[in-house]
Amino acid sequence: MNKEKYQKLKEIVAVYLPEDVSVNDITEESHFINELNINSANLVDIVLDVEDAFDIMLENEDMDQMQTVKNAVEIIEAKLSNK
Amino acid sequence: MNYQNIIKKLPYQKPFLFVDEILEIDEEGAKGTYTFNENLDFYKGHFKNNPVTPGVILTECCAQIGLVCFGIYLLQKANNPKFDDNNFQIGFSSSQMDFYKPVFPGEKVIVESKKVYFRFGKLKCEVKMYNIGKELLCRGELSGMLKID
Repeated sequence: MNKEKYQKLKEIVAVYLPEDVSVNDITEESHFINELNINSANLVDIVLDVEDAFDIMLENEDMDQMQTVKNAVEIIEAKLSNK
Repeated sequence: MNYQNIIKKLPYQKPFLFVDEILEIDEEGAKGTYTFNENLDFYKGHFKNNPVTPGVILTECCAQIGLVCFGIYLLQKANNPKFDDNNFQIGFSSSQMDFYKPVFPGEKVIVESKKVYFRFGKLKCEVKMYNIGKELLCRGELSGMLKID
């Protein structure tokens, strides 16, 4: 996995973590909703921030597939390579 | 869909329906009114011998007009004809409100909502509430999740 993109994504996600989850809890395998306790509304905010940060556009299907941090990085990489 | 049909689709009823009329609604926003009946139960307790509409109720009124009525309109636009009366779900996800003037029993208010974005089922709006003298009563930013089952 691309370290630079992973790091950039981690910084975006960190903003939306609830108080009981620390940025150190984020791993590649972390599930946004079940493990990082991010709600579905904040997951939309993460997606919108990802779009801005990487200058890409995500679709509903991408959102459905974006369950874990790793899924998100893969989607970002796929979108960037199609640009 | 006329505006009255949107109100009929709302999942609220008395004493927790805070929409009387929708005045305008389009892709960018919505505008509606509500008159706070002086017999509403919470006035007995907020405050003791000094009835003032609670801020949470003003927020709710802004949300019912500005997020839910507006959201039903947007969902209907996007999903027609799949959209029918009872197959949508809503959830309030965040609110940030500032309050400027008290709202007393019997007052009529006008709520204006402007879309910030509606993406991936999340509707975020800027809302403003005015009295009939056009004085700003409260304003803020509200978000909710909307989906069709």
